[in-house]
Amino acid sequence: MKHEGKKLVWQEYQKEIADDHFFYARSCIRQTFFPGSEKVFTKILKDELGKDIYDSEHHTSCTGIGYHADAVPFETTMTVVARQFALMTEAGYENYAASCITSFGLYTEILETWHHFPEVEAKAREFLYKATGREFKIPKNLAHASDIIYKFRYEIAKRAKYRLVDKNTGKPLRVVEHIGCHYSKMFPHKGVGGAEYPYVLTGMIEAWGGEVIDYPERRHCCGFGFRQYIVQANRGYSIACSKKKFDSMEPYEPDMIITNCPGCPMFLDRWQYALSEMEGKTYGKNGNGIPVFTYEEVAGLVLGYDPWEIGLQVHQVPAEPLLDKMGIEYDPGSKFKGPNGEDLGRPIAPSYLKFYKE
Amino acid sequence: MNRKIAVIGGGAAGLEASSALTSLGFRVVLVEKEDETGGHIKNWHALFPNRRPGVEVLDALRSKLGSDVELFSGKTVTEIKPVNDRFELSSADGWKTEADAVLLTTGFSLFNARKKEEYGYGIYDNVITSAELESAFSTGKIAMKSGEQPKRIGFVHCVGSRDEKVGNIYCSKVCCVTAVKQAIEIKQYLPDCEVFCFYMDMRMFGRHYEELYKEAQEKYYIQFIRGRLSESTEDHTGKIILKVEDTLLGKPLKIGVDMLVLMVGMEPAEITKNLGTQLGLVSDSDRFLVSTDQHISANISEIPGLFFAGTCTGPKNIADTLADARSAALAIAGYFDNNHNKS
Repeated sequence: MKHEGKKLVWQEYQKEIADDHFFYARSCIRQTFFPGSEKVFTKILKDELGKDIYDSEHHTSCTGIGYHADAVPFETTMTVVARQFALMTEAGYENYAASCITSFGLYTEILETWHHFPEVEAKAREFLYKATGREFKIPKNLAHASDIIYKFRYEIAKRAKYRLVDKNTGKPLRVVEHIGCHYSKMFPHKGVGGAEYPYVLTGMIEAWGGEVIDYPERRHCCGFGFRQYIVQANRGYSIACSKKKFDSMEPYEPDMIITNCPGCPMFLDRWQYALSEMEGKTYGKNGNGIPVFTYEEVAGLVLGYDPWEIGLQVHQVPAEPLLDKMGIEYDPGSKFKGPNGEDLGRPIAPSYLKFYKE
Repeated sequence: MNRKIAVIGGGAAGLEASSALTSLGFRVVLVEKEDETGGHIKNWHALFPNRRPGVEVLDALRSKLGSDVELFSGKTVTEIKPVNDRFELSSADGWKTEADAVLLTTGFSLFNARKKEEYGYGIYDNVITSAELESAFSTGKIAMKSGEQPKRIGFVHCVGSRDEKVGNIYCSKVCCVTAVKQAIEIKQYLPDCEVFCFYMDMRMFGRHYEELYKEAQEKYYIQFIRGRLSESTEDHTGKIILKVEDTLLGKPLKIGVDMLVLMVGMEPAEITKNLGTQLGLVSDSDRFLVSTDQHISANISEIPGLFFAGTCTGPKNIADTLADARSAALAIAGYFDNNHNKS
C-alpha cells in the first residue's frame, strides 16, 4: 500500500467547508439509534469551539428514505427541501449543516439539479410558495456534519484528553472507517477525499492518533441499503452485506469501526449481535464484538466526555473493551442508570456476544 | 526544389516521414522533445502480432535517416508561426528555426491510470500498467513488489478507452492485441502462472491478430472473461481482490490476483494539445487533431503548409502510423508541386 498515492487522490478532492454560523438539520433516525451523537456535535461546536450553530425545531425529515425507496416523488422531496432552506433563510443563516448522510446527498443532488435545470428550481420555488408562502435562498455552503468535525479535527486534538492509542503498548488503535454511500459516491467532488478513498473520517482518525485499516470490502454497503432492510423480504441481503464486511475486516483485528451515516453504525452494530446468535460467530477477540461508533461519539471520547453521557450504553456491541484500551475513566455501575440516576434494569445478555464485563 | 520541412516529433511517424521526405528531395529539420528519437517504441520490448523486438523496427527507422535530416533533440517546440508562406518555429529554451512546411508528428500520451481511482494504480503495490510490464519484459524480471513471482495475473482492457467517465469514448485500438501479446509473454516467462483477461469486446482488427488471440486460448490457456472491473482492493496478504461482472454469465465475480496489469489507452500528447491551441487548429471531442477530410486528405490541416501524421490525429498501430507518415510526405510534395508557391 502506498500512502503517498492516496494523498494524491485526496488532494484532488478538497471542498470548502464554512467556518462558522451553521444552520443545523438533524437526522430523522439518529436520535433513536445513537441518541448522544447530535448532542455531542452541538456541544463540541458551541462549547469547545465557540461556534454559532442554529438548531431549528421546525424542520422536518428531508424525505430521503422515502425518496430512495421510491415512495416520495422528486418534486415533493424538492419542495420539502426548499422549505428547509426557507427555514435557514428566515433564521438568517447561509451555511447549511446536515447531520444525515442521505440528507446531505439529497441536498447535493437537488442543488446540482437546480444548477443545471433552473426551470426545475423555479418550479420548486413555486410549489413552496403556494403551499407555505415561504421563500428561500440557496445555501452559500453545504456541508455534512462530519465535514465540519473534519475541518476542526486538529482543534479537537489540541483539547483531547485521550488519544486513539492503546494505553498499554502506545501503538495507534486500528480503526475501520465506514463512509455512508450518499456522502460522495454520487458526487465525488462534494466529499472530502472523493468517492474511492474518502478522507473525511481518515483525517479525524489520523489527527486523533489512530491508524486506518484498508480492507477489501471497505467500499461495500453497510447492509442498510434502504430497500435491503426496509423491504422485509430483502433483509437477508442486509445481514449478508454486513457479514461480508466483517469477514473482510476480521483478519486486520480492528479495535473499532467509525461511521458517518445514520444507518451504518446501526447495522454494523446490531447485525453483529444477530450474526452471533445465528452462527455463534463474533468478530472481536475472546467473544467480543468490534465496537461501532459515530464520529461524534469518538470525538466526545477523545475530548473526555462521559461514555454514558454520550449514549454509548445503547450500543449492542459494548464499548468497554475499547474504553479500557484507551484508558478512559468511566463508572461501569452507571451504564444502565437513567438521567436522574434511576436504575433502568439490565438487558438480557446475548448467547455468544460478550456483553457484560467479567 | 530542396525546400525545408520541419517535422515535430521523432517517434515512429516523425522518423518515417523524415526519411520519406528526404527521399523526395526535401531538407528536413526533425525536432524531438526528448534526448533521443524513438517515441514510445523505444520503451516497448516486443511488438504485436509477431513479438519482434521493438528495437528492431526502431533501428530500421533510424538507419533510414540520411544526412539531409538535421536532428534537434531535447527541444520542445512551443510556437509555430505562419509568416509569409513560411513558418517560424521556436522552443521553450529559445531555439528557433524556419521552414517552408511543418509536419506535426507529436503522437500520443499514455492514459494516466491514476484517473481510474477504483483500480488502485499508484496505491496498491502490485497494480501496474501495460507500459510498466513492457519495461519488466525488457529486464526479464516479472516479479511482485515482494520480489516473488506472481502465480496469477489479471489484465484489464480499455483502461482510459471507451470510458465516458474519464472523457474518452473512443477505442485506442492497440490495447486488446497488446494484452493478448503480453498475456502470452507472461505464460512464456512463467508457464505456471494463471492469466485472466477482462475485456469489453476483443477488437482484433489487424492482420494476424485473431490468430494471436486463438493461440492465447488454445496454446496458452489464457482465460478471457467478458466484463469490466468495478474495483480492486488489497487484502492483508497483499493480494489484489477484483470485483468484476462476468457479462456473459450475468454474474458478479470476485477473484484474487497477485498482479494486476492495466491496459492504458492513448490520449493526445500534451504538445499536440498545446500546439493545436496555439495554432488555432480544430480538435475533435476526443481532443485529437482534425484534418480537412478524414478520408481523402487525412494529413492536411486547415492551415496551408501544415500537415499531420501518426497518432496526433487518433490512435493507430505502428504499421498504420508508418503508412500515414509516408502518406503525409506525399501530401507535402503534392502541396509544393501542385498548389502553392511553385519555384
